[in-house]
Amino acid sequence: MALLSDLINLNLTASTPKIIAEYIWIGGSGMDLRSKARTLAGPVDDPKKLPKWNFDGSSTGQAPGEDSEVILYPQAIFKDPFRRGNNILVMCDAYTPAGEPIPTNKRCAAAKIFSNPEVEKEVPWYGIEQEYTLLQRNTNWPLGWPLGGFPGPQGPYYCGIGADKAFGRDIVDAHYKACLYAGINISGINGEVMPGQWEFQVGPAVGISAGDELWVARYILERITEIAGVVVSFDPKPIPGDWNGAGAHTNYSTKSMREEGGYEVIKKAIEKMGLRHKEHIAAYGDGNERRLTGRHETADINTFIWGVANRGASIRVGRDTEKEGKGYFEDRRPSSNMDPYVVTSMIAETTILWNKA
Amino acid sequence: MSLLNDLINLNLTDSTHKIIAEYIWIGGSGMDLRSKARTLPKPESDPKKLPKWNYDGSSTGQAPGEDSEVILYPQAIFKDPFRRGNNILVICDAYTPAGEPIPTNKRHAAAKIFSHPEVEKEVPWYGIEQEYTLLQKDINWPLGWPQGGFPGPQGPYYCGIGADKAFGRDIVDAHYKACLYAGINISGINGEVMPGQWEFQVGPSVGISAGDELWAARYILERITEIAGVVVSFDPKPIPGDWNGAGAHTNYSTKSMREEGGYEIIKKAIEKLGLRHKEHIAAYGEGNERRLTGRHETANIHTFKWGVANRGASIRVGRDTEKEGKGYFEDRRPASNMDPYVVTSMVAETTLLL
Repeated sequence: MALLSDLINLNLTASTPKIIAEYIWIGGSGMDLRSKARTLAGPVDDPKKLPKWNFDGSSTGQAPGEDSEVILYPQAIFKDPFRRGNNILVMCDAYTPAGEPIPTNKRCAAAKIFSNPEVEKEVPWYGIEQEYTLLQRNTNWPLGWPLGGFPGPQGPYYCGIGADKAFGRDIVDAHYKACLYAGINISGINGEVMPGQWEFQVGPAVGISAGDELWVARYILERITEIAGVVVSFDPKPIPGDWNGAGAHTNYSTKSMREEGGYEVIKKAIEKMGLRHKEHIAAYGDGNERRLTGRHETADINTFIWGVANRGASIRVGRDTEKEGKGYFEDRRPSSNMDPYVVTSMIAETTILWNKA
Repeated sequence: MSLLNDLINLNLTDSTHKIIAEYIWIGGSGMDLRSKARTLPKPESDPKKLPKWNYDGSSTGQAPGEDSEVILYPQAIFKDPFRRGNNILVICDAYTPAGEPIPTNKRHAAAKIFSHPEVEKEVPWYGIEQEYTLLQKDINWPLGWPQGGFPGPQGPYYCGIGADKAFGRDIVDAHYKACLYAGINISGINGEVMPGQWEFQVGPSVGISAGDELWAARYILERITEIAGVVVSFDPKPIPGDWNGAGAHTNYSTKSMREEGGYEIIKKAIEKLGLRHKEHIAAYGEGNERRLTGRHETANIHTFKWGVANRGASIRVGRDTEKEGKGYFEDRRPASNMDPYVVTSMVAETTLLL
């Protein structure tokens, strides 16, 4: 019989001008990704030219059964690494039929902040370090860990190699290439301190695209783990005890910070962040209190401290930035399950739009 | 030794003009698909130019042993995604040697309705949403479900991703591309509410071709699950209890409905469908009473109601159609095992001819 992969890998460009567009949205929990596909008459590269669509919101906890249509607005296009050819992935956000963003739509408010003239002229850059844990299907125990037991203590695993130290690299490497193929600004990967935990970085991305790119990178990652028969977790503290948690450190700079005298602008920005510590923490991900303990390279959740090269701080400034007098800073507080639309726009809002008075 | 796949994937266009035609027909149960292949001297794209054929009807419950020849009339051609090259799939319907449609041939009567002048001029469009369930071979338990147990309750699976939420995507994606390759008007796919259940949509197709395309798509799907070692079920309620059933919602519009003032036409058509609710339900698939309970996004089988954006209705009209005053409506009653020739022609007959 023909192989399943012969069919999955059919290159349709010779048979038809039609393409397949996979519309992606965030579901009712704020972390569950959903998608479905439709055929379009020909290739499209401008999201504004894609048709709006709708989905059954009563099946995702986003609408009641008697009035279930939720509308999808296409916002960003990426190449589909699974179907390849001219097929695309489309990142969408969700609206009521009347045109209002539904409550779980965090992109709409973020886009408003990013199109504020004060923010736009500062060209905010983001680099997000997404950590995640791979779990064995059916047992939900980390990949590579013995059933009913634990691996040796942390130490050998950070950036480690070898069958006894690195678990799941095929997923990580497939994801890296798939994201580059898709057009996502993926800047690197590394094995993390806890075995079975990995990290990829997306950026520098400007404004709203940071959120779009990170969500699509998460989508591609979960599609790849689906193929591998492994479960991906974005929980900030998947294993209690002497095992690192998972974060989404967010690196940030504005035009002023990147220019001469930028270091002073950075210090003022960090001061504002400190004054809004509680508000930020509340929006930086559920369950973060299990991760931000003051141990395992975190700052305690109730404390705001910043420092140069300090991984135990809430905000860390790199030595290069201090030396050159300009650069960027790293907010280490967001957890791995944060919403990048919320975090990136909140940092811009606090540092550029918010006044202490 | 060469691999089996090297041979299966041989591209014969360089060696010979001959092509392989797979003739497909519906068997005695009305849901079992059958097919066999023959060599033809050269490529062919017009079904009228293909030779009629015959098969042993006594082996499919469609003829007695002493008079077993059933004649196959080619009706539609699609490109063969399995053999590729110039090879084709041929959708046929079945006749006695005397030229009468055999009892299980539902296409013949449908084609008559679609060639009626009153129907032809309204250019009826259909979009069919075919749901189906994938089952593990040998135990017939849904794909991805633990043996002897159940997955977590419905919620995470609709359009879901991840190894704990989506079971069998490789089959679904292979099917999507294979149908596009074949020339079927497949318009989309999505994961369904029950884990292991999926949906594809075919359309918009005009008249009789809606049935031809859906049957060809079902054929390709079952050939793909055969490759994957998985069983496909079109049962409308494969697992009793708090698990969604499987339907074949049929979207429908006529020229008048698609033009200015169409919404009034739609409302009149829905009214006519309501008056024939019992007749339609009887033709909308076996076992539908296990699915149409009034729960799980269905309307109760004894009740006819329609509504805008209402997934608990028998017939649903989309918000766009209401807003623009024209469009189409969705008959949510047909079961996944319905015969599209019967359903599409009956909807046309009730709304246009009666």
